[in-house]
Amino acid sequence: MLRAQVYVSLKKSVFDPQGKAIHDALRSMGYSSVAEVRQGKFFEIALEVGDVARAREIAEEIARKVLSNPVIESFRVEVEG
Amino acid sequence: MKVGVIVFPGSNCDHDTYHVLKHVCGQDARFVWHKDSDLASLDAIVLPGGFAYGDYLRTGAIARFSPVMRSVTEFARKGGPVLGICNGFQILQEAGLLPGAMLRNRDVLFLSQPVHVRLERDDTIATAGIPVGTVLTMPIAHGDGNFYLPEEELNRLEDEGRVVFRYATRDGRLEDAANPNGSARAIAGVCNEGRNVVGLMPHPERAAEPELGSADGRRLFEALVGSLVRA
Repeated sequence: MLRAQVYVSLKKSVFDPQGKAIHDALRSMGYSSVAEVRQGKFFEIALEVGDVARAREIAEEIARKVLSNPVIESFRVEVEG
Repeated sequence: MKVGVIVFPGSNCDHDTYHVLKHVCGQDARFVWHKDSDLASLDAIVLPGGFAYGDYLRTGAIARFSPVMRSVTEFARKGGPVLGICNGFQILQEAGLLPGAMLRNRDVLFLSQPVHVRLERDDTIATAGIPVGTVLTMPIAHGDGNFYLPEEELNRLEDEGRVVFRYATRDGRLEDAANPNGSARAIAGVCNEGRNVVGLMPHPERAAEPELGSADGRRLFEALVGSLVRA
C-alpha cells in the first residue's frame, strides 16, 4: 500500500474569491504581514500498489482527469515511498 | 417533440423543467435517469439545475462521469440540441461540451435573486427567433457562477460569437453592478461551435409563467421547441 498526496490549486492567473475572503479576515484580525492567501484542495489517496512509479502514474492520471479542472487549476503529486 | 430531462442524484430543478416543457410548452417531456444511456428516441435534451452528486469535488465534476454523459456527448456531436441550466451548464463545461469553468462567486456568497440578462445571439437552439438585445429577467441561484476563461480564449469566444447571454441592467446596459457574480465579460451563457449546445446560469424554468413574476424564461423553451420544428 502506498499513499499519494495530491495538491490542487487555482492557477496563479485565476482570482481566488475564497482566498481573498480569508486574507481580508486575517488582516482584520491584525495579521498585517499576510500578503496573500490562496485556497486549494488536498487529497490523500491510498493505492494498493507496490511500485512507487506506478503509484505516481495512477495518482497523476486521477489528478488530471478527475481531481482538477485544467481550465482553472493545476496540481502536484507526491508519493511516499 | 420528445425532450429528455436528465436526472442526476442531486438534481433539484428537474421537476420544474419537466413541468415547463410538458404543461407550459405542451411537449412530450420525459425524465432520463443518469444511468440510462439510450437517448436515441429524443429530439432534445435538457440538463437541469441542482447539485448533482452534491457538487462534491467541483460543481459538475463527478456528474460528468455518469453513464448518460457519454450519450449526451454523442447526441451533441451529431448536432442534437442540448440545453444546460445552472448546474447543467457546469456539467457541460466539465464534460468539455461548453467552454470555461465556474469560479466561486466574486463575493463568495450564494446568490438567489432575479437578474437581467441581455441576449447576444439569435442563432442558437435556445435563442432562435428572439431579437438580439432583448433583456430577459430570470432568477439565479448559485454559489459558483463566476465564469472564467483565460483572456485570449475569451477573445476567441467573442470572435466566434459564442457569448449568448450577458448580465445587464434592466434596460440592457453592461455595468459592473449588474454582474452579480463577477463573471468575465459579464458572461451568463455561452454556446458551442455548432450552436446546438447552450448553457446559462439563470433559471428559465423558474420564470416561465406570469404567476412566478416573469414569463421570460418560457421564450427560451419555446425557441428550443421551435428549433426542433425547423430541423
